[in-house]
Amino acid sequence: MSALLRGRLTGLGPRLRQRNFIVYAVLLAGALLWPSIADFITNGNATPLISQGADAGVYVLLAIGLNVVVGFAGLLDLGYAAFFAIGAYTAGILGSGQLGASPLHHEVHLPFWILLFLAMFFAASFGAILGAPTLRLRGDYLAIVTLGFGEIVPRIFRNMGFGSPLGNWTSGINGINALDRPSLPYWITGPWVNEPLKIVSNFNFGFDPMPFYVLMVILVIACVILVNNLQGSRMGRAWMAVREDEVAAAAMGVNTVTTKLLAFGIGAAFSGFAGAYYGTKLSLVGPDAFSFVVSVTVLVMVVLGGMGNIPGVIVGAILIYYVLFSFLGNLPDYLSSLATQVGLGWLNEPNYAHNWPGLANEVSLLPFLIFGLILVAIMLLRPQGLLPSRTRAEELRKGVSQEAVSDARST
Amino acid sequence: MTPAADPILSIQGVTKRFGGLVAVNNVSFEVPKGQVFALIGPNGAGKTTLFNCVTGLFRPTLGSVLLEGRTVTGFKPHEVARLGIARTFQNIRLFDYMSALDNVRLGQHVRMSAKLWDSLFKTPRARHEEVAVTERAMELLKFVGIERWAEDYARNLPYGQQRRLEIARALATKPRLLLLDEPAAGFTPREKVDLMGLVQKILGEGITVFLIEHDMRVVMGASNRIAVLDHGDKIAEGTPEEVRHNPLVIEAYLGRSA
Repeated sequence: MSALLRGRLTGLGPRLRQRNFIVYAVLLAGALLWPSIADFITNGNATPLISQGADAGVYVLLAIGLNVVVGFAGLLDLGYAAFFAIGAYTAGILGSGQLGASPLHHEVHLPFWILLFLAMFFAASFGAILGAPTLRLRGDYLAIVTLGFGEIVPRIFRNMGFGSPLGNWTSGINGINALDRPSLPYWITGPWVNEPLKIVSNFNFGFDPMPFYVLMVILVIACVILVNNLQGSRMGRAWMAVREDEVAAAAMGVNTVTTKLLAFGIGAAFSGFAGAYYGTKLSLVGPDAFSFVVSVTVLVMVVLGGMGNIPGVIVGAILIYYVLFSFLGNLPDYLSSLATQVGLGWLNEPNYAHNWPGLANEVSLLPFLIFGLILVAIMLLRPQGLLPSRTRAEELRKGVSQEAVSDARST
Repeated sequence: MTPAADPILSIQGVTKRFGGLVAVNNVSFEVPKGQVFALIGPNGAGKTTLFNCVTGLFRPTLGSVLLEGRTVTGFKPHEVARLGIARTFQNIRLFDYMSALDNVRLGQHVRMSAKLWDSLFKTPRARHEEVAVTERAMELLKFVGIERWAEDYARNLPYGQQRRLEIARALATKPRLLLLDEPAAGFTPREKVDLMGLVQKILGEGITVFLIEHDMRVVMGASNRIAVLDHGDKIAEGTPEEVRHNPLVIEAYLGRSA
């Protein structure tokens, strides 16, 4: 009986749990081996790839957080980047020389580790402040309000720079730069960074992506464990119940307002967390990094990866990050060398008489068309997402079988 | 005509208006503790509206609702559930994409103590509670006789079992008063008999049952007292025998004789 119960506690079917376990194992192995793989691919010049790995981790964190809001609680949040911005600006303002230029005339340099949690706290607070009046709205209306919030927040940060009546708090369009570097009392180096194994004291992260990458792997693992705990808990069930039927959930004793607020706040907390990390790693926090495109990209990661299923969301985030930030950038080169190899080299030659700028140039003009085509292709092949939750898989199975029935009837 | 001395639920002059429409008009009655009380009436009589006023989905325009002498008028639905009133819905409202077991576990939400902190870090308290909640959920599924569907999504259960699952979910909130809104709708006569057996079992657990039903035969056999609504007015109340012979009730159901 107890084994049976333990199986049931997670609320997942046995096959799904097995699949998720395998995906987690592969992801963990990949994360641990990534620096070595990058080193191997690039013949010892791995730094950019490790840095990209850490940046991909930022999107993984964002996607895990948005999955709580959209996948678990069913609240469509289109302004998720706002919380990302709040986190990043928290780290920027309280962890650099910025406040010296503000009316305070006094620099504040809080340690990065405190800023991480402070950013989380601020983002969650703003999530609650925004959520309290708006979460009574449903569906599309909530999406519109969050969309507005997502536009307002970066604009406020942009306008709080030089010449603002309240003083210069954010350096406006230029953004805050030279954020403090994180440091740790001890750190281990070893052959994996081509150095002898030893313990370094008073270690400063500097601009070396390796410690940032390690930190990101640790953060993602911690967040995955926490969100996994939430999913099978009293809180997770309440979120799903609100998603399924708010009236019934309320009648069963679920306080729907606080439940939704909590989902919103926790989602925002992840975003703030990711924001503080992102700003510090880049050492630059500007208002342009938190546009609507970021919110939509994260939403695409969640939906395409498999809404509601954490490993699916992680895979979706990594895949979309790769497509957007690596594949699309390199595509013109790939295609022109491919054209040469298959004997279509003449395509690479620009022919201005016919308005043809050459294959590579032509492709580099169309990145979002290609991105869109890739998304459409994936959603046609796997409408339920790459690694869907049981719910999503079932919903689409229903859709297909109902179509089949109505087809059969109409013929 | 005097109701039992110890009412669990008192409805006092409840009126519910939607704009110009009076759905429930100055209705008063008391539901005695430990019995089956039935509310009947033709379509559109205001039965479900009255249920919604009791469970906090609607706020009555006038009048008050008392649970064991304490007012619950104007309380939020989740507060009413916490105080011990559970309900089912006329058109089944299960959590479709949650397993039957999860539906019943959710029902225990209001009796659980795990806070966000416990959930996040899976503290021993949360773990023990989850095990207890799961065991109780299985017991409740057995109680209503649908334990073999525990792992299935609620939407995949046969219709009759969905109605039973709704009852199990409502029982999970540990109610003192259970409101069943047409629990036998769409049932075969055989299933109706089984359902009334279940109602007796629930009564045996010390839970008062207050139900809405269309089928007069089911109601007459199974309930201790009946109130009749027609066009928002209470037109009769009493034992099944009294109600059956009330000319107003006969007229409401069969129309004025030509």
